[in-house]
Amino acid sequence: MSARRRDNAGRDQRAQALLFFALGDPTRLALLAKLSRGSSCSIVRLTEGSALTRQAVTKHLRVLQHAGLVRAVRRGREQLYRLEPGPIDDAKRALEQISRQWDAALLRLKAFVEE
Amino acid sequence: MESSSTDRIEKRVELKATPARVWRALTDHREFGKWFGVNLESTFVPGKPTRGHITYPGYEHVVMEVIVQKMEPERLFSFNWHPYAIDPKVDYSKEPPTLVEFRLEPTTTGTLLTVIESGFDRIPLARRAEAFRMNSNGWAEQTKNIEAHVSQTP
Repeated sequence: MSARRRDNAGRDQRAQALLFFALGDPTRLALLAKLSRGSSCSIVRLTEGSALTRQAVTKHLRVLQHAGLVRAVRRGREQLYRLEPGPIDDAKRALEQISRQWDAALLRLKAFVEE
Repeated sequence: MESSSTDRIEKRVELKATPARVWRALTDHREFGKWFGVNLESTFVPGKPTRGHITYPGYEHVVMEVIVQKMEPERLFSFNWHPYAIDPKVDYSKEPPTLVEFRLEPTTTGTLLTVIESGFDRIPLARRAEAFRMNSNGWAEQTKNIEAHVSQTP
């Protein structure tokens, strides 16, 4: 096994472990659900209507940020958080890409057998 | 013409050729190689692997390997393989493969071919995402080349 291969495998596993850890908590899922409604939210907004303290929400947001699911953006003096759908979207697009490869392959097959 | 969820891709295509002709294009490894774009080294045998280099410009370094599952003449041809397996430095053999099935049905005008690739849900999201990022530009260009080629060739 090459060093590169080990690095890749290790990186994949770490990225996945982070992703699943981040998703495996009801509070964090609730935060993601709030953020998935579209706009960026402040800590104050995200804390509203929950029994959590701002400190607790901040801690959960840090876990989500670390897994690449949430991004922090600064607007003026305010820190806002928004959903970063990258990892999930990329995986979905990978499937669409394979779908397009099949479309192209079947076009070639059609030309091949109908000639 | 198609349907897909997160686990599977399904394609249907009407071919103006007999099931016997389509069967040969699918299961003769040289004919398969011509339309698929791969230089397969050996014939398809159920339970056995067949491999070869991709022949698309820019992808010649990629070796494709399939393990044939079923060969029911003029009805069903299926194999396992590893999708997204485009980095020659990575050993994909430990990952769960997907299953590719070609199903043939005779029609009044020729053959209805259904292609189903399933098992994507077993492949970790992170792996798929990485493959997508590595691969996306190359394939986008390739698809354009193919479209241009097909539309020029009546």
